[in-house]
Amino acid sequence: MIDFLPPAMILLLGALLIGPTRGALRTAVVLVTPLLTLAAVWQVPDGVVLTLQFLQYPIEPIEGSPVRRLFATIFALMAFGGGLYAYRQARWFELAAAYAYAAGAIGVSFAGDLISLFLFWELMALFSTVVVWCGGTPGARAAGIRYAIMHLLGGVILKVGIEGVMVHTGSIEVRPMLADNFDHWMILIGILINAAAPPLSAWLSDAYPESSPTGSVFLSAFTTKTAVLALILLFPGEPLLIGIGLFMVMYGIIYALLENNIRRILAFSIVNQVGFMVCAIGIGTQMAINGAAAHAFAHIIYKALLFMSAGAVVYRTGLNKCSEVGGLFRTMPLTAVCGIIGALAISGFPLTSGFTTKTMISQAAANESLVWVYFLLAAASAGVFLHAGIKFPWFVFFQRDSGLRPKDAPWNMAVAMVLFSALCILFGVAPQLLYDYLPYPVDYKAYTAGKVVFYLQLLLFSGLAFFLLLPLMRRTETISLDTDWLWRVVAFRAARRVTTTVARLGLALRELTELLGQKVGERGRRLFGTRSADGRLMPGVFARAWPIGTTALWIAVLLTAYVFFYYLD
Amino acid sequence: MNPNNDRDNRMKHSGDDAWLARPSTIRLLWQVFAVVLALSVGVQLLFPVKGYFGLDGWLGFGAVFGFLSCLAMVLFAKLLGKFLKRPEDHYRGRDDD
Repeated sequence: MIDFLPPAMILLLGALLIGPTRGALRTAVVLVTPLLTLAAVWQVPDGVVLTLQFLQYPIEPIEGSPVRRLFATIFALMAFGGGLYAYRQARWFELAAAYAYAAGAIGVSFAGDLISLFLFWELMALFSTVVVWCGGTPGARAAGIRYAIMHLLGGVILKVGIEGVMVHTGSIEVRPMLADNFDHWMILIGILINAAAPPLSAWLSDAYPESSPTGSVFLSAFTTKTAVLALILLFPGEPLLIGIGLFMVMYGIIYALLENNIRRILAFSIVNQVGFMVCAIGIGTQMAINGAAAHAFAHIIYKALLFMSAGAVVYRTGLNKCSEVGGLFRTMPLTAVCGIIGALAISGFPLTSGFTTKTMISQAAANESLVWVYFLLAAASAGVFLHAGIKFPWFVFFQRDSGLRPKDAPWNMAVAMVLFSALCILFGVAPQLLYDYLPYPVDYKAYTAGKVVFYLQLLLFSGLAFFLLLPLMRRTETISLDTDWLWRVVAFRAARRVTTTVARLGLALRELTELLGQKVGERGRRLFGTRSADGRLMPGVFARAWPIGTTALWIAVLLTAYVFFYYLD
Repeated sequence: MNPNNDRDNRMKHSGDDAWLARPSTIRLLWQVFAVVLALSVGVQLLFPVKGYFGLDGWLGFGAVFGFLSCLAMVLFAKLLGKFLKRPEDHYRGRDDD
């Protein structure tokens, strides 16, 4: 047995305690449990720590390794930052759901077998749906249902794959595989749905912006990055992922450019950033896996920071769209500065965490002589600056004076933002702090003069392109169709057609049976009799009083027939 | 948010006092930006970029590549927007009932 509490259990316990506690005690639970979890994460040694027996399968709910600890660390840190950001504004059940959701993510991080991975996976699906619902609007309710359907579908596909592997190999261990048979394909598809890979990525941009200003901070961190970890553990070097990753990178940029909703821009840029990681996992070399892990770590921090900044704006103004806000730097300077730091980090500006991690992925592509991949990633880096790096802060905090003069973020939100901004810069100027904890030994120098010059040119001229092309990027009050149009409209119409046809058929059938019933009734009434309107008995054919002579006649006929047939023989 | 209050706010702050929003500041920022852009290319003469594939080591490659990729992406997004953009209430009444 083990001599420490499993990290996921600590956080889950915290989630349970948020409800019954009040006041300062609840604040303590919210702020302390993530830190206790973090401490427990670092107690997990390498290798399998705990084995239980379930049916004939050995369940290994806790298995340590550097990459697992790295992800669990950032998940715990994220729970702390999110808790700090949210605890005075969010309702208790949103906090509790968010913590249970984070516990699921940490559980997946340490899951040594596919069964416990699946259980924690579903825990996340369950509680992230609750977080979406905490948005509290009819839109959030509908989006939450669509979100839940998609994740339950993903869960079922994953489960099919896991059971296939259990039956065919007898082993449920989490180990590297390739998409080479049906079972592995199912597992891959199940994970990719959570990674928001095409064609099922619309759930992310659909649901996240509908959640509460605090909820979207939590949502931005766990689901997709857990999928990234699962891909690192299960499908490193699967070449298919390179193409999928590149598609995600471009998809995120294009859709973010078309988008008007502030948080939806950031949601699309999650897909874009996860694309970088998925692509790196596809490359699969040690440098690439290090890059994917490091980038996921850095990404969670700056993406949460961006959602915090956007959340503060939504919280203070109640407005969600670029076309409604603008010029907020005047009264929300801190939120603006933190948002800009997050924006620079996501763009991979030198001295931010985005630079020291994303360039590793590019380096990995270059090392493998993947020319196209390298240049597409470089173009995407420019595109990130375009859609998130400048577009987000520009339209929210500058652009034009919307006349809005909201107060700056509440103090706890401000502290969380400053903390995460500091981390963005810390890992930018001292990348070794992160490199030391990556899955493989790091032989990489982020800051060479040539690389810095190249990326500065790339980004600064993207900035120039943004301001020159601004007339082309005028905000329109629109949404952009995604693949979910196929089921939200096409399938919906088809389903409606089927139901109306069935209804019509049913109606026709009812008319037919009614007609039949009437006919049978008439006949019955004629034969057996009925009651008239004033209650008098109207005898039917059988109930009539027949004259005795008629009966005698009928009996004579029957007897004659009998005699006739008797002698016929 | 009350639209009347909103308008009041707008009226109150119509004379923009923010330093960052003044035309003179914006002109100054553009000038600084131009100098920075020129510097970022010029500095390549001092610190040559060691490209991985030859052409990415050329003078100003990052600048041209960054600019053109952005141009291409914006135009492509614009084109795609013609087909994909719908009014915001496109889905309304479908999912909610």
